[in-house]
Amino acid sequence: MIFKAPLLRVVTKIIVPPIILFALYVQFHGDFGPGGGFQAGVIMAAAFILYGLVYGVSTARQAITADVTRVILALGVLLFGGTGIVTMLMGAEFLDYSVLGKTPLAGQHLGILLIEFGVGMTVAGAMITIFFAFAGHGKDGNIALDQENEGGGND
Amino acid sequence: MIDIPDLIGLLNYWVVIVLMMSGFYVVIAQGNLIKKIVGLNIFQVSVFVFYISMGKIEGGSAPILDDAIEIYSNPLPHVLILTAIVVGVATTALALALVVRINAAYGTIEEDEIQAIEHEEEDVAC
Amino acid sequence: MLTSDPWLILLVVVPLLAAPVCVLLRNATAAWAVALVVSWSIFGIAVKLLIQVLEQGEVFYRIGGWDAPWGIEYKLDPLGAFVVVIIATIGAVVIPYAKKSVENEIQKERIYLFYTMMLLCISGLLGITVTGDAFNLFVFLEISSLSSYVLISMGQDRRALTAAYRYLIMGTIGATFYIIGVGLMYQMTGSLNFADLSTIMPAIADTRTVLAALAFLTVGISLKLALFPLHMWLPNAYTFAPSAVTAFLAATATKVSLYVLLRIFFTVFGEVDLFATFPLQPVLIGMALAGMFLASLSAIWQENLKRMMAYSSVAQIGYMVLGVALATEAGLAGGIIHLFNHALVKGTAFLAIGAIIYSTGAVTLRDLRGVGKSMPLLMAAFIVAGLGLIGVPLTAGFVSKWQLVTATLEADMWPLAALILLSSLLAVIYVWRIFEVAYLRDSHLAPVKIIKKLPLSMLIPTWILALASLYFGTHATLTMDIAHTAARQLMGGM
Repeated sequence: MIFKAPLLRVVTKIIVPPIILFALYVQFHGDFGPGGGFQAGVIMAAAFILYGLVYGVSTARQAITADVTRVILALGVLLFGGTGIVTMLMGAEFLDYSVLGKTPLAGQHLGILLIEFGVGMTVAGAMITIFFAFAGHGKDGNIALDQENEGGGND
Repeated sequence: MIDIPDLIGLLNYWVVIVLMMSGFYVVIAQGNLIKKIVGLNIFQVSVFVFYISMGKIEGGSAPILDDAIEIYSNPLPHVLILTAIVVGVATTALALALVVRINAAYGTIEEDEIQAIEHEEEDVAC
Repeated sequence: MLTSDPWLILLVVVPLLAAPVCVLLRNATAAWAVALVVSWSIFGIAVKLLIQVLEQGEVFYRIGGWDAPWGIEYKLDPLGAFVVVIIATIGAVVIPYAKKSVENEIQKERIYLFYTMMLLCISGLLGITVTGDAFNLFVFLEISSLSSYVLISMGQDRRALTAAYRYLIMGTIGATFYIIGVGLMYQMTGSLNFADLSTIMPAIADTRTVLAALAFLTVGISLKLALFPLHMWLPNAYTFAPSAVTAFLAATATKVSLYVLLRIFFTVFGEVDLFATFPLQPVLIGMALAGMFLASLSAIWQENLKRMMAYSSVAQIGYMVLGVALATEAGLAGGIIHLFNHALVKGTAFLAIGAIIYSTGAVTLRDLRGVGKSMPLLMAAFIVAGLGLIGVPLTAGFVSKWQLVTATLEADMWPLAALILLSSLLAVIYVWRIFEVAYLRDSHLAPVKIIKKLPLSMLIPTWILALASLYFGTHATLTMDIAHTAARQLMGGM
């Protein structure tokens, strides 16, 4: 299913970079304004899904391959949990960000940023994987991967 | 005596109960595996509505600290339900993935047809 | 000020983080190695924590340094530590076993996903056990459930897919019922912490909202627990799942659900005399008895070994719930110790069945012809498990049934004691059927062919569990003490 309409294709090309930019804004501005990992991840995924809808799944898969999404998905969970482990190694409790920076406030900022980035990566990876797995009719044999969602959902 | 304002004040619960029961009914009564998942989603959404409406406090403002505000709405149920929504997404995705594979394996997604096929298989096996 | 014990959080975080590592490795052997190392370290941590809890009392952990009831608190009491050890033991035994079994049953390129899901499932089950927060429990419940749906759907037969789908629908309804119950309680108390809830509960226990919450929680967890008549998902799920998965889930998943039920009844409602004010006892006893008899009867008629054992599991859940329903210290101890013993016994049985499937490629009863001679060691382990299911002296099953019978007599309910013994006779019938085919009926028919030689990596784990069930059948003081401590603490309100 590939859309031939030139208008749609041109608009998609123009709009995908701003969507990704907006996703990054929502991601990293999340501790000052509304936003955060969940939303950013979904917006990010929406960019790729839109591209896949208009240009076809196989074209989109060249832009972001199954291997890449799988790695992003796994790394997100690892970043989330890894931050917790680091805080533990620094002598505080799991996910107690205060020790990460020079002052507790700076630590909290850094911690929440890292955590949310992990969530964002996992959500984006999971959403893209889910879409492509269904759109490509499970050719990857990796439908089951969307489970990873859970690890990020636990905050 | 039940007075009318009370009933209207409980509007969110009526919405929740209607959604919950219709979703639950669809899960039980529908034979189509996809429709069952739709029912399951409605059922779960009723719980989301329940939690979210629970956090509202009359006259409460958004939970952003400010000296001028005295009453805040409770943000915790919203945060909880964000997690529950993610869980719901994962459940739905997994359920749909299973249906895709069931369709590939059986050639149908109607529960009674699948059961007929399974029964035949078991008769042959015995 | 209570200090946090880092081992408690590692119990959950290590398998949770090992799961994405398996995804990154994308290699069956490497993923297996990761799972093996993790499951054995978990076992070590679990035993360490059990000893610590028994010697020094409860262990706590405050996530992110936030105090309960605002933050999420992890807490391990004797009951929790006991359940953690069960999960960790079964995990440590099943993972080495899984290597050959899974290579035989699952496509090669999916094996790393199998271990990923297995680790997530272990993490979820451990999380349920250690968490002191009602909503956090829901999240872990879903982590373990979703991964077990995936694990079940990996079975070879296409009916594994429909079994997984049915389990998913039932399981999600159960979990959703659970959060409805938690939501209602949160509405009344403003708290999600179990310990905090139990202090608030007496003041509001009579309200209709709390009773509705209790009903939702009980039904939701009973679905997960496969308490009769909510067990419909269980037989097919256990029958068509890969053998290693069946062994793992049968020994842990339903047990953890029972643990949650105990938490609700005796921790959250611990300060309220729940069983005196509410007709919970007759309902639970009725369902337990129905499960014991009807499920055992169904087991007798099954030709498929896995399905026979699955129905037997439903019956055994009946015994555990019966113990809980007595709501006395002895009854609870009986339920808790049966939880442990049944995990060992049923684990052995399913591991043995998995080994038979590996060697002969067959699962029906008549395919056992001559197996007693061709695989004597394996079949002996299976028979040990069978005797455990009946409750023959010297096996673990005897200890727990003895405790249950004593508890019913103490509670002046001798008809129940008689019914326990009577239902055990039903177990004799289905275990005898297995014994007869395996050992006695090979004179006129050719014995089943051994396709593949049974690897030691499958035989040894089976025997470890079998020996454990014999050991705890003859040296029951240790487990009995733990069960009694746990029961006393539950009855004491906390």
